[in-house]
Amino acid sequence: MLRAAFAILAKDVRIEARTKESLASALVLGVLLVVVFSIAHDAPPDEAPRLAPAVVWVTFIFTGLLGVQRSFVIEREHEALAGVLVAPVDPAALYVGKLLGNVLLLGVMQAIIVPLVAVLLHVDLVPVLPALVLVLLLGNLGFASLATLFAAVTVRARAREVMLPVLLLPLLVPVLVGGVKATQAVLAGGLAAAGEPLAVLAAFDVIFTTAGVLLFEQVVRD
Amino acid sequence: MRLVDALLPWLAGVLVLAALWLIFVVVPTEAQMGIIQRIFYVHVPCAWAAYAGFFVVAGASAAYLWTGRPGADRLAVAGAEVGVLFCTLVLITGPIWARPIWGVWWTWDPRLTMTVILWSIYAGYLLLRGFAGEEEAVARWAAVLGIVGVLAIPVIRVSVRLLQGIHPAVLTTREGGSGLGDPTMRLTLYVASLAVLALAVWLMRVRVRIAALAGEVTALRRTVDAREGAVA
Repeated sequence: MLRAAFAILAKDVRIEARTKESLASALVLGVLLVVVFSIAHDAPPDEAPRLAPAVVWVTFIFTGLLGVQRSFVIEREHEALAGVLVAPVDPAALYVGKLLGNVLLLGVMQAIIVPLVAVLLHVDLVPVLPALVLVLLLGNLGFASLATLFAAVTVRARAREVMLPVLLLPLLVPVLVGGVKATQAVLAGGLAAAGEPLAVLAAFDVIFTTAGVLLFEQVVRD
Repeated sequence: MRLVDALLPWLAGVLVLAALWLIFVVVPTEAQMGIIQRIFYVHVPCAWAAYAGFFVVAGASAAYLWTGRPGADRLAVAGAEVGVLFCTLVLITGPIWARPIWGVWWTWDPRLTMTVILWSIYAGYLLLRGFAGEEEAVARWAAVLGIVGVLAIPVIRVSVRLLQGIHPAVLTTREGGSGLGDPTMRLTLYVASLAVLALAVWLMRVRVRIAALAGEVTALRRTVDAREGAVA
């Protein structure tokens, strides 16, 4: 099963490496969102760092929605998903493969968004980097677990551009709250202070990657 | 089942009248908040009915994925619609009370945040069904959402508690706080809850029947279309 999952992952990475579509569009959007938030808040320099966690996570969630959506749009074009489903592969492996691909994509986005926010909102990242990476990874996996499951739904529904955010945003509240609170705690005093929000993020990851593995078959089979 | 369907509207009607009589005539006015506190006897039962609806969605969704029976899918739709209806009532009655008591219509207290998030999850559920038509795939997608939604409820609850709060805890007195001291107040709450619950169950049954009839109409129309196609 893992071999099949990695084959799917390799396919997605290869497609992305050749077209660079998802990454390019999501990155430009991400940069724009950070800029728009910073301008809209227009915070004085000493207050700007306080906004950083919120800006990081809201930007991440909105660019992530776009990126994950793309990763299923390419499956829909030319009925690629039907082709993949014809292969003797467990749908759970398909889910894991798409999930890993999305986690990778979202991770690259985070690696761009976070330093950008740090520079624009005057946050010193270097001393807290390892703790911050942990927070970002947990949030990334949680986001990707549900986004991968529901992008497979909405890509085939009507009004899909609206449906994915409408379905995902309320369900992703724990990622948003946990991510923001954990980031705040890490920036203020290190990992020890971030226990509760980290636990929320970890629980979210476990529950919804399991749910995704179990339920993905119901979403893609015809 | 037919007997239940015949009796339910009467039961709900009598209970609603009894609850209204208790709320507006019998129950004493709360000493500190005054007359506005009476909205509590509508607000809290509606919240319970909303949760009941959402758990019906989850149970029926799981049953649908397990058995594939269309009846389970219809029950899930009914649960979602009734749940969203009562959740909307909670979100309307709450601010009416909050404005004189807290001085604001809305605050980002964990319970309020939780309620509005729940409302949007199941409003999204209804949107998905509405936008996506009637195919069998849609029923399966909706069932997946129904299950994920109920799994999310506890996690969202814990996560919003990381925000700050001021909502009163009336029945689950955490630190030996207020609670409903007066027995008439408790009685009123229980009767009102039964009334709302009976109303919710009746509405769900009506909704399930409508969905079943709609399914029948679609099937009949398909047969007619097929025959006309054969004649032409």
